[in-house]
Amino acid sequence: MAGSPDSEHAAFLSALRALLPDDGLLTQSEDLHPYECDGLSVLRELPLAVVLPRHRAEVQAVLKICQQYAVAVVPRGAGTGLSGGARPCAGAIVLSLARLKQIRALDTSNRTARVQPGVRNLAISEAARPMGLYYAPDPSSQIACTIGGNVAENSGGVHCLKYGLTVHNVLALEVLDASGERLEIGSQAPDSPGYDLLALMMGSEGLLGIVTECTLRLLPVPENTLVLLAAFASVVAAADAVSAIIAAGIIPAGLEMMDQLAIEAAEDFVHAGYPRDAAAILLCELDGTEAELQERLRAVEKLLQRQGATSIRIAADAETRLLLWKGRKAAFPAVGRLAPDYYCMDGTIPRKRLAEVLEQIAIWSAEYGLRVANVFHAGDGNLHPLILYDANVEEQLHAAEALGQRILELCVAVGGSITGEHGVGVEKLDSMCAQFTPAELAQLHRIKAAFDPEGRLNPGKAVPSLHRCAELGAMHVHHGQLPFPELERF
Amino acid sequence: MDQRERLQEQVREAFQQSRPLQIQGAGTKRFYGRKTADAEPLLLREHQGIVDYEPSELFVTLRAGTSLQTLQEQLAEAGQMLPFEPPFFGAEATIGGTLACGFSGPRRPYAGSARDYVLGVHMLNGLGESLRFGGQVMKNVAGYDVSRLLVGSLGTLGILLEVTLKVLPRPERELTLVHDTDMATAIVRMNQWAGQPLPLSASAWDGAHLYLRLSGTEKAVAAAQSKIGGAVLDENDGILFWKNLREHRHVFFQGSAALWRLAVAPATPPLALPGQTLIEWGGGQRWLRGQRDASALQTLAAEHGGHATLFRGGDHAKEVFQPLPPALFALHQRLKNAFDPHGILNPGRLYAAL
Repeated sequence: MAGSPDSEHAAFLSALRALLPDDGLLTQSEDLHPYECDGLSVLRELPLAVVLPRHRAEVQAVLKICQQYAVAVVPRGAGTGLSGGARPCAGAIVLSLARLKQIRALDTSNRTARVQPGVRNLAISEAARPMGLYYAPDPSSQIACTIGGNVAENSGGVHCLKYGLTVHNVLALEVLDASGERLEIGSQAPDSPGYDLLALMMGSEGLLGIVTECTLRLLPVPENTLVLLAAFASVVAAADAVSAIIAAGIIPAGLEMMDQLAIEAAEDFVHAGYPRDAAAILLCELDGTEAELQERLRAVEKLLQRQGATSIRIAADAETRLLLWKGRKAAFPAVGRLAPDYYCMDGTIPRKRLAEVLEQIAIWSAEYGLRVANVFHAGDGNLHPLILYDANVEEQLHAAEALGQRILELCVAVGGSITGEHGVGVEKLDSMCAQFTPAELAQLHRIKAAFDPEGRLNPGKAVPSLHRCAELGAMHVHHGQLPFPELERF
Repeated sequence: MDQRERLQEQVREAFQQSRPLQIQGAGTKRFYGRKTADAEPLLLREHQGIVDYEPSELFVTLRAGTSLQTLQEQLAEAGQMLPFEPPFFGAEATIGGTLACGFSGPRRPYAGSARDYVLGVHMLNGLGESLRFGGQVMKNVAGYDVSRLLVGSLGTLGILLEVTLKVLPRPERELTLVHDTDMATAIVRMNQWAGQPLPLSASAWDGAHLYLRLSGTEKAVAAAQSKIGGAVLDENDGILFWKNLREHRHVFFQGSAALWRLAVAPATPPLALPGQTLIEWGGGQRWLRGQRDASALQTLAAEHGGHATLFRGGDHAKEVFQPLPPALFALHQRLKNAFDPHGILNPGRLYAAL
């Protein structure tokens, strides 16, 4: 492109203006501010512009204009992400998919839903409900978060132990690559030919392509559901109870644990009737036919008692069940009321290491002078420590971040991962250096380049540069040997 | 027996000399994919052993050369199983080969496919670099999901050294019911019942009978049985039926005529095709025999949201998988190049130009 940077900038914006309706392009600072961050509000940046296309053809045209002017693109759904994945980059546009919000088709006989990316997660289950079907993954933000964002993060939810993550429940995607080329990935039929690009797209945080349509698998709504609430005198006892249930061959629909600080916060907030004196509670959801459920209920009750539960409460009616879940699903905002700010972590660990990890977190919590509440997807090992701090007190944000980084490194050290469901985004780039070797990171970069050779889709997110990791001094040396020691690292 | 170093050494050398490698487990699935020119074998079979198994954590980590038999015996001892019920196609079958082919069995439409149960891999890419992706935990969104990408890639992107799989408890009870029906009715019923909260775990239509397997607690199976009805297959006959189907020992699969696999949207009505059809996976997988016009089959499958594969027999020198649209194929080539820049890993096994 010829011309001065200013004239090029103007030409780029006027190309977008010619394409989109008046309200489809935002360029004024006051209109851009709502887009300066996602759910991780400590990271902010104003984009060059925000575009809000209405359908695939407009998305495609926007991508072609961005390619022509070499402008980077940050895709965005509802902006509920917690790792800065949708945080704008300077000089990039934000591509909001919020207006692509049609449920295109519900196919009862094949039990699928074809939806645009801006459809809210919960809206899909609501639409499918009259057919006795629903969409299984249910992240806590499901009222607001969109399916496009769920694909980008491979979102889970409290039922993923039994019903899987987004990757297990999406059958096909229509994707536009960085140049606007349309790709159909996956299908309603099992096992598509070629590479499993569908798996690769899941959790790719908008770096590989822009999703413009999703075909989802719907499941029959279970006949009956009930929830048990069990209190324990220690987190170890609660964790052992989880292992005992699974070892008995029972896979509950949901299995959640909260520690004392989280219990108190949730109880103050939603009054779900959680036992305040418990060191930990377990919420265990069972589903199935009435007869099966009664049988399972007795078995689980017996196991919980044997594992030392101090009290057990059963919610068989929908109202109580929802109330018990509400306490759990509102745990983040509830904990948010205990301090001016909180920092939410998202590590995963093998469940058997839970006690030692929590113990270590408690030691560090005292050391840093920051309280930590713990919410745990106990069935699948996904731990959410919530670090309480006050951004107005000098150095507390840094202390919270430093504590968070140590917790994530601990998760990796015990055989887990730095992120179970919130994604890397911008937030965990440094932690990625602890989880992956330079050769592994280089492989991830080569995958990105295969999809987006110019690196214009969500640049600087999800996978740190080798340079960044090297500077961080966190470079991993496995078996005392760097792979390809002859390569330059700095 | 850890053979990692030997394998890595061999791949590094092959990379440096741009020498193609033919990745080999037990050789039970050599029939699958394109027939390629003989190349230096990379032997995985000795690289075997279960490295870590925690029944209460629901995962198992094992080397790729471990036999499926060994794995399943270990899991059974703890009352667990591989939920995707993979076929063996030979007693010596390895887990590495099973995943490289992406094979799943009768439970697939109800429990998920092979890739759904992969949690992590330790692999070698075409540069001979030793890489780990995923892990031993159920949820992990750090980095792209390379572990699942490798499933079904027929060794063309990387060599599986070690894999971690999610495992599940075996059902308390299984029961097989049989209905006499025609194809159209069988497809309708399979899909109607799949839309209800019933503990279905397998379904098939063999030309005259619809077979349905129920798995779950004693009570759940009994309740579903009273809803679905039909003749009950004796327990051992039931086990044998699904095993024979899975292993292609059912009479439909006998003989040397070419075997075609059509994958379609499950509720697709009967397709106008000459000869017999055997249906599995709730209607999503349909088998055909004999000489066929590949492109006509592929067009037909595509019209119903799917694809056709020359699974076994016939001319495997030509393409056996459905051709991909040009833009998608170009992306496949760039990905192949991202993992295997010298094109040394099973070249041509998946597609001639890959």
